[in-house]
Amino acid sequence: MEETLSYIVGKYNYWAALILLLIGLYGMIAKNNLLKKIIGMSIFQSAIILFYVSIGDKRGATIPILEHGHGGHGVEQVIEVAQYANPLPHVLMLTAIVVGVSTLGVALAILQKIYRVHGTIEEDEILETITE
Amino acid sequence: MSPDQLPILIVIFPLFGAIAISLFGGLSKRLAFGLLLVAMAGSFASAVGTLQQVVQDGVAIHYRLGDWLSPFGIELVIDHLNGMVLALVSGIALLVALYSKESARVENPDRLHHYYTLFALLIVGLLGITATGDAFNLYVLLEIAALASYALLARGRGFAYFATFKYVIMGTIGACFYLLGVGYLYIKTGSLNMADLARLLIQPELMQSPTIRVGFIFIMVGVWIKMAFFPLHGWLPNAYTRAPTTTSCLIAPLMTKVSVYVMIRLMFSVFSVTYVFEVMRWSGPVVWLASIAIVCGSVGALAQNNIKRMLTYIIVAEVGYMVGGVWLANESGLTGATYHILSDAMMTVCLFMAVGAIIFKTGNSSLEAMRGIFRTMPVTSVVFVVGAFSMIGIPPTCGFFSKWYLIKGGVLAGHWEFVVALLFSSLINAVIFFRLIEIGFFGEFDDQGHGGYHGTVAVAEAPLSMLVPMVITAASLIVIGLYTNEIITGLVRFTIPAGL
Repeated sequence: MEETLSYIVGKYNYWAALILLLIGLYGMIAKNNLLKKIIGMSIFQSAIILFYVSIGDKRGATIPILEHGHGGHGVEQVIEVAQYANPLPHVLMLTAIVVGVSTLGVALAILQKIYRVHGTIEEDEILETITE
Repeated sequence: MSPDQLPILIVIFPLFGAIAISLFGGLSKRLAFGLLLVAMAGSFASAVGTLQQVVQDGVAIHYRLGDWLSPFGIELVIDHLNGMVLALVSGIALLVALYSKESARVENPDRLHHYYTLFALLIVGLLGITATGDAFNLYVLLEIAALASYALLARGRGFAYFATFKYVIMGTIGACFYLLGVGYLYIKTGSLNMADLARLLIQPELMQSPTIRVGFIFIMVGVWIKMAFFPLHGWLPNAYTRAPTTTSCLIAPLMTKVSVYVMIRLMFSVFSVTYVFEVMRWSGPVVWLASIAIVCGSVGALAQNNIKRMLTYIIVAEVGYMVGGVWLANESGLTGATYHILSDAMMTVCLFMAVGAIIFKTGNSSLEAMRGIFRTMPVTSVVFVVGAFSMIGIPPTCGFFSKWYLIKGGVLAGHWEFVVALLFSSLINAVIFFRLIEIGFFGEFDDQGHGGYHGTVAVAEAPLSMLVPMVITAASLIVIGLYTNEIITGLVRFTIPAGL
């Protein structure tokens, strides 16, 4: 029991990402309302962003900004890698956030058009109008 | 232009073209079209130049962006495999750009330059996916291509919006799975550069790591959604059928083929032959799935009454050909699959162009639109027949040779279900296309009355700007077929990874 608990608590960031991921996937696949599908899509993308951001973190580490740039005044500072969070996943996620926002924008624009054509954003009602 | 800058010019031309079209294209329609042509022609010339260089030197070109050293910065890596795909994508883009002169103007009476901007951006994405040597960069470009294609497909209006919406959802799931998979690889290796990843992943402890295994599964499923591999193909027929003519000519041949390229690249340049076929051992089930894909796609195509929709089901079957060929795990299968990327892209674009011209002239997309087409549109129908022969696999068109290698691979690997599926699909294709050719050749005209008017039916051929690219494509099907041996020994042979 204790082992299981520490397994869950010790890797809580992965669990959080996993739960959000599943919520998002469920929303995208199972929901009938198209707007809810888009919300699911957004949750799904955010889960992956959180996952990436959390893997860049280290225990007791700070933001990766060097206070004194090396090479200044001839004093070479030794940089302890363990003191700084890994900035690479964070930078990657800046790009992924941009991609996510654009996808969201395109999806919402298309949804608006769907509403104008079909007069509804419920999937089953749209399918009825198509078969007729 | 210095030749060592050619790799980046492949992507730069359409990118700056897109910007220029969105800025100045609104001034006149001719200017927008001219800018698009210049961008595509420049890109094609750079791609051919790069391919020539690769073939001459026999080694891959590494182009470091901003001159950052390789595992830290992003680099473009162009070898025989993606050199070929780059030339193919930019070549098809150029042909479709030419083809779009009349049809795009009719389909987009207002804001033609927006359409052309999206066109160029889609090509940026596809060429970038193909050229990049960085796993995360690939994700970003995958999304650029996807976003451009959503917008392009949605321009079909009406029901196209709903079909595109489904594609947006599926496409996003696919891309996110890929991203997640890359994250797993990053946790274990700390690298995103493909060559660096390949070097790290070969270590025995990573070979057995469950993290890498889950990453591999996520990446493969993500790519399969993107290419509409069998159980994940549901979005494709609707989205492509409802799209405007030019758009489906552009997206249908390119999107799936580039995704197949991505799969081959990731399987053999990031993971290794040993990992994919000996550690994962998925070869059997995937080839079975591919066989089912081929059969279902072909049967689905037979059931359709709309020409474009029928072609989209054939695409689903063709994806099965290529995925199956790659996963046969022998040289012949992979040769066939790689060669099939080339030949299938050409024959798909050929058929879509011919069908697009027919729909453009008749305004009808049911099988009935083919009625009497040989008399009214002789050139278009010859192009259609060449494309159809290639799809069926009649020599000397290139479709025959790729099928030959795939079947040989299936026999050598002992996957008889794949061989049977291929033969079955050829048979179904023959039934489908001969039925269409029959309607086209012997079909009577409804509005021309019956009997004595046969000699006087007016020729109503598609405009010249459509005919020229169509004829070039059809001719290239035969030329590629005749030069199969040169292409295999000069290009495809070098793409076979060691140990297969």
